[in-house]
Amino acid sequence: MAATIEHKPPRRWHIAVFLAPAVLVYTAIMIVPLFSTLFQSLFGPVDGERAFVGLRNFQTLFFDPRWAASFWNALYNNFWFFFIHMVVQNPIGVLLAAILSNPNLRLRGFYRTAIFIPTILSFVIVGFAWQLILSPLWGIAPNMLDAIGLRFLFAPWLGQEGAALTTLALVSVWQFVGIPMMLIYAALLSIPDEVIEAAEIDGVTGAKQFFKIQLPLILPTIGIISILTFVGNFNAFDLIYVTQGAQAGPNFSTDILGTLLYRTFFGFQLQQGDVNMGSTIATMMFLIILVGVCIYLFGIQTRMRRYQF
Amino acid sequence: MISKSKLLSGSAGVVLALAATPLLAQETTLVIESWRNDDLTIWQQTLIPAFEAAHPEINVEFQPTAPTEYNAALNAKLEAGSAGDIITCRPFDASLALFQEDHLADLTDLEGMANFSDVAKSAWSTDDGSQTFCVPMASVIHGFIYNADAFAELGLEEPTTEEEFFAVLDAIQEDGTYIPLAIGAVDQWEAASMGYHNIGPAYWAGEEGRQALIAGEAKFTDEEWVEPLEVLARWGEYAGEGYQAQTYPDSQNLFTLGRAAIFPAGSWEIALFEEQADFAMGAFPPPVPAEGDTCYISDHTDIGIGLNAASPNAEAGRTFLNWVASAEFAELYSNALPGFFALSNEPVTLENELANEFVSWRENCESTIRPTYQILSRGTPNLENDNWLHAANVLAGTETPADAAAAIQEGLDSWYTPGMYEE
Repeated sequence: MAATIEHKPPRRWHIAVFLAPAVLVYTAIMIVPLFSTLFQSLFGPVDGERAFVGLRNFQTLFFDPRWAASFWNALYNNFWFFFIHMVVQNPIGVLLAAILSNPNLRLRGFYRTAIFIPTILSFVIVGFAWQLILSPLWGIAPNMLDAIGLRFLFAPWLGQEGAALTTLALVSVWQFVGIPMMLIYAALLSIPDEVIEAAEIDGVTGAKQFFKIQLPLILPTIGIISILTFVGNFNAFDLIYVTQGAQAGPNFSTDILGTLLYRTFFGFQLQQGDVNMGSTIATMMFLIILVGVCIYLFGIQTRMRRYQF
Repeated sequence: MISKSKLLSGSAGVVLALAATPLLAQETTLVIESWRNDDLTIWQQTLIPAFEAAHPEINVEFQPTAPTEYNAALNAKLEAGSAGDIITCRPFDASLALFQEDHLADLTDLEGMANFSDVAKSAWSTDDGSQTFCVPMASVIHGFIYNADAFAELGLEEPTTEEEFFAVLDAIQEDGTYIPLAIGAVDQWEAASMGYHNIGPAYWAGEEGRQALIAGEAKFTDEEWVEPLEVLARWGEYAGEGYQAQTYPDSQNLFTLGRAAIFPAGSWEIALFEEQADFAMGAFPPPVPAEGDTCYISDHTDIGIGLNAASPNAEAGRTFLNWVASAEFAELYSNALPGFFALSNEPVTLENELANEFVSWRENCESTIRPTYQILSRGTPNLENDNWLHAANVLAGTETPADAAAAIQEGLDSWYTPGMYEE
């Protein structure tokens, strides 16, 4: 082994030097704007002048009937949007991964790529394409349903208050299902063969094997996917804006925090932008995401059993 | 290997050459901000060359943004100091706010302003009319464009009253070849601007009703303001299957492809429709409620152009704006963009037949502007946006006209007291 052990370890300047660019850039474009947003939410116009108003903007947001109605509506819709993702995206992702990990399946690479491709497309393209597919005028959805005799099931989904948000959530699931699929696929592949063989010797096979052995082993991955989905959904904006416009129609049924923030902060049509109220909504979004992530980190992640092989 | 001195002198030469070019040419470049990205070719091929021919020392660049993003993008650029020299102005409060924040220069003393009437300037003047900050460019007129071939085929005539209008729609519905009305509910402004604000003035007596609303003497819940919503609700039956999810471009395509017979329109459609439709088109003004009633049109001051107060090229900017105020520009612009009617006092000859049809209504009908634009859209909730929402709900059949009217009025009442902006 090394003969000379330095008593004073040399200062490792290179760590600071190599980290500096990332830290500087991240501070400049993420941390500073974040704090200035939080800061701005404490200001507001008083007699036409910008002044410190403490938590008044939050009071307006929660207790002024109109602001509160918009805010709770957007928050509720956001939770619904997230709920659809959780109940549809994760099971489908697991199912696809399970199918893909079957060694007897042919053309695995092709399916993997085909399902993953939508995740790299832009929201604008996805939104526009689905708007066309679902269009009652030129869409292929009515014709395809007609071909199997189910034409009566078709409705102008994006134009109905009850259906629009769920439809958009499903479009978003369609776009992003490739990510849970890939992560779970990787997790499934990393389960050692010995574990599976041991299960088989014990007579645990088929679906039972999946639920008793494989599923518990991929739970940490599903947890990570869930928190990523949570953060993504609560920051969502693009898809709604592209398909339904900033007024998130019909009748604000697709309005989520992102669209509410956009309308408030930048203004819309004749509505002037309101930087302070916009920052207030942005701050609430930040806090909601922060709370969600903390619940996950401290409530779930730390209790999750890690299996080491 | 290139020697160091060679490299130095070479690059110095390049730098010198780059620095010298603008000095030699003595040119100023003006950048125009606009939401009219549809007009890019017209500016580049017609308007800018005409101006540059007369003023070779000034270069003009037209840099439009998408209409829905314009306000946000412009505000951000003005705050950051990176906006262009010339700013295309939305009517009323959006521009007034920019003026009050000192982003737009005062143009009251611009010589060209003499070419415009007070009404034309109203959309870009302070509430008391003492200061004007944008040169009025054009107004748009609402009405209905129809497929003349389809009308001839079905033996239909232009309707003049509400009753005749629905009779025509019934006849088209019965025949079944065409969707009677091309209108959708998903892009909410379509229901408000092409629906409510289009037919409404005939019920609320145009300017009279609009002023009464501002003065607080009329309310959206009054009969004359609810009636047009009731008419709008009936439109749903004629709008074709799935109109709840039909976008504005869908409506345009339905009409230009010859699948729908009547398009509730703004005159800005003319250029696009003439390019795309291969059938004869006609236009009629909004039908009046009953035979013999005065007809009203929404002749909406829609587009103006002003000067960025922070522009380093203010002198060139004023030269350009004076040219925009001239009869030459009015003639070029109205003909290049049929359907955008110049607001200048100078008479303009229009070559486009459909555009002439629209503008001819000014002779027999009373003109008014959209009632939600002046003063009433200053607060939150925003009246215009509220109006979009509820008009779309009524058209889609998810809200009754009475409920919609009550909701619109409630939103307005929550922040507006008549007279609050008068000094």
